Amino acid sequence: MIIKNKTVVNDDWYVLRLGENDTPETVQVPTGKIIVPLQVWQAQRDTLQARAQLGVWLGSAERAEDLQHDLGRFAVIAVDFPKFADGRGYSIAYHLRVRLGYQGELRAIGDVLRDQMFYMQRAGFDAFAPRADKDIHEALKGLSDFSVTYQASADEAQPLFRRVSRRGQP
Amino acid sequence: MYRYDAFDHRITAERVAQFRDQVRRRLSGELSEDEFRILRLQNGLYMQIHAYMLRIAVPYGLVSAAQMRMFAHIARKYDRGYGHFTTRQNIQFNWLKLQDAPDALADLASVEMHANQTSGNCIRNITSDEFAGVARDEIADPRPYAEILRQWSTFHPEFAYLPRKFKFAITGAVNDRAAIAVHDIGLQVVKNAQGEVGFRVLVGGGLGRTPIIGVEICDFVSWQHIITYVESIVRVYNEYGRRDNIYKARIKILVKALGIEEFKRQVEEDWQFTKDGPCTITQAELDRVSAYFVAPAYAQLSDMATASDHPAFNRWCERNVKPHKVPGYVSVVLSLKRTGIAPGDATAEQMDAAAELAERFSFGELRITHMQNLVLADVKQSDLPDLWEAARKLGMATANIGLLTDMICCPGGDFCTLANARSIPLAKAIAECFDDLDFQHDIGDIEINISGCINACGHHHVGHIGILGVDKDGEEWYQIQLGGAQGNEARLGKVIGRSFSFEQMPEVIARLLQVYVRERYDDERFIDTVRRLGIDPFKAEVYGTPIEAEEELRGPGYGLVGDVTPYATPYYSPRF
Ligand code: SF4
Repeated sequence: MIIKNKTVVNDDWYVLRLGENDTPETVQVPTGKIIVPLQVWQAQRDTLQARAQLGVWLGSAERAEDLQHDLGRFAVIAVDFPKFADGRGYSIAYHLRVRLGYQGELRAIGDVLRDQMFYMQRAGFDAFAPRADKDIHEALKGLSDFSVTYQASADEAQPLFRRVSRRGQP
Repeated sequence: MYRYDAFDHRITAERVAQFRDQVRRRLSGELSEDEFRILRLQNGLYMQIHAYMLRIAVPYGLVSAAQMRMFAHIARKYDRGYGHFTTRQNIQFNWLKLQDAPDALADLASVEMHANQTSGNCIRNITSDEFAGVARDEIADPRPYAEILRQWSTFHPEFAYLPRKFKFAITGAVNDRAAIAVHDIGLQVVKNAQGEVGFRVLVGGGLGRTPIIGVEICDFVSWQHIITYVESIVRVYNEYGRRDNIYKARIKILVKALGIEEFKRQVEEDWQFTKDGPCTITQAELDRVSAYFVAPAYAQLSDMATASDHPAFNRWCERNVKPHKVPGYVSVVLSLKRTGIAPGDATAEQMDAAAELAERFSFGELRITHMQNLVLADVKQSDLPDLWEAARKLGMATANIGLLTDMICCPGGDFCTLANARSIPLAKAIAECFDDLDFQHDIGDIEINISGCINACGHHHVGHIGILGVDKDGEEWYQIQLGGAQGNEARLGKVIGRSFSFEQMPEVIARLLQVYVRERYDDERFIDTVRRLGIDPFKAEVYGTPIEAEEELRGPGYGLVGDVTPYATPYYSPRF
């Protein structure tokens, strides 16, 4: 199960991660709904692009720009958080949404926890696969921690000062 | 000063509720310490040696009397009756219980305060000039921009998990009193040829293990673009700053590795996407925020002579009273550096009393300085004698601003788990040794900065005399650096040689001063003598003959904080 558009839904995508002995060129990509690592997509695109349904995921050191010309090919793009304290995934999501205009499903995978999900949502994620040992219904609550935000991001193009009238008298 | 509107209140209240729930989940075991640690840090809660420490944000160092009274309330209700003002213009309380932290934050929210992002790898509280708005050398008041940037940086969704902490400082004056060159981003208000306001932007400064003076990335970013410009800097840092080594994770390392030209190219490439976009600051927003910083209702006065026949008062005027841009007014520094107390500490009673002084003499506002003192910014010259009397009774009128005993000092071994050595007791030992005000006035301007470890919270690299606690085989030693400076002439001090024991330190300082007294020209300041002569003559004097340890410094008055009953808490995490 994952969280998508603020509800808990069933999920039948499988995230492919390279094992120690795998290489992007040779790893066998199973059939079905698979989210492959960026490197695998790059190495095997000739065969993979024939698939009807394919997802791709970016590691935190990878660049959104590497998918620039392929955005329309994927049913889902995921960004991996190797550790929840690694904040690169937020900027990757921001780039995908705001700079590259990606509008499909953007999923946070890896060390995804309730207390970071509000920020993730703001940076552009609309789907979350919380860490398996956590209660997904509890995690869902993290998406509504705040009802107001100061700055613009992927979820909101305008900063607060352009969104509302703040003419309180000093 | 800035006042919260309904939006600010709501965001702050929702933050308190969020943290209250996080604490609940920690206490129930739902959150592990590893998961919780980062959350509490971003709410200002450290685990220190004895208890949790709460660091409260004081945006750009400005507080109202009501807020100062709230500090006193926090000190009494949740702590042990005192607090510590820091070099980043914040206040820390040392003896908190985790269970109490949400209530303390809710109390703070009631006076428009918070502890957001005062720790953790995020954008920290923005510091500024303690004389903002009143200084004679001011180009433009930096506080509206600081407030706009505070709001931008508060819970910025992309930048809560940066490679490392990120500090801004902003000054609007010709003379930099905000130490902008030793911040991750330093902003200096400048005007271009057309008279438009903008910022000179420095990047990659910082102290700590690898001290570096910030370099200019842009000589003029007009004020409308400052959010988008700094956002691009932080974004490039978030993407490319090192995360594999905590000691190499600050932006200064990235800037060094790439070179300023390449770093600037990347920043400006990113900036092209946002420049002139919706995050451009509007005139309406600048006007709205600036309206909170208009000058108070000054009386029409002219400057008057303040000298009296009371030498102690005159001396206080000379050191603790600073010029003001409005005739008949001055700014007054209330010293928190009385010999015998920890530099920057104030009791709840002093906080309440300082709030009252602010109401009586200075339109109900105070500032906290990065030198760990308090400022009443708008005092009538004619009120100085009354203010002096009142401050004297409170122990806050020591005439030592800028003098030897006005030391910067980190919490050190008494509180901090990272310390190699004691800082507060050393400051005390030095202050006692040179307590004589005649002597201090004769020595004149000098800055002694003490850090208990390489993290440099006591800014030792930029002290005229910098003292660093080092560890040798588990024992505390102190290394001396000479010739550092903050401000427009910021530079890093040079290590003079092998380190000293606690008991040798007062004599070491005495010898450094002897060289100065012997070699100085008429009005030459200590730092200028050091610059002129270099460190060699000082070295020769200090290492020339053996230094006896002062036995009395082994006495009980210099031990770690007395009266220590650590809380038995299962949530102890020794490192943060
Ligand atoms: S300089 Fe070191 S000892 Fe002092 S407060 Fe900072 S971390 Fe602690």
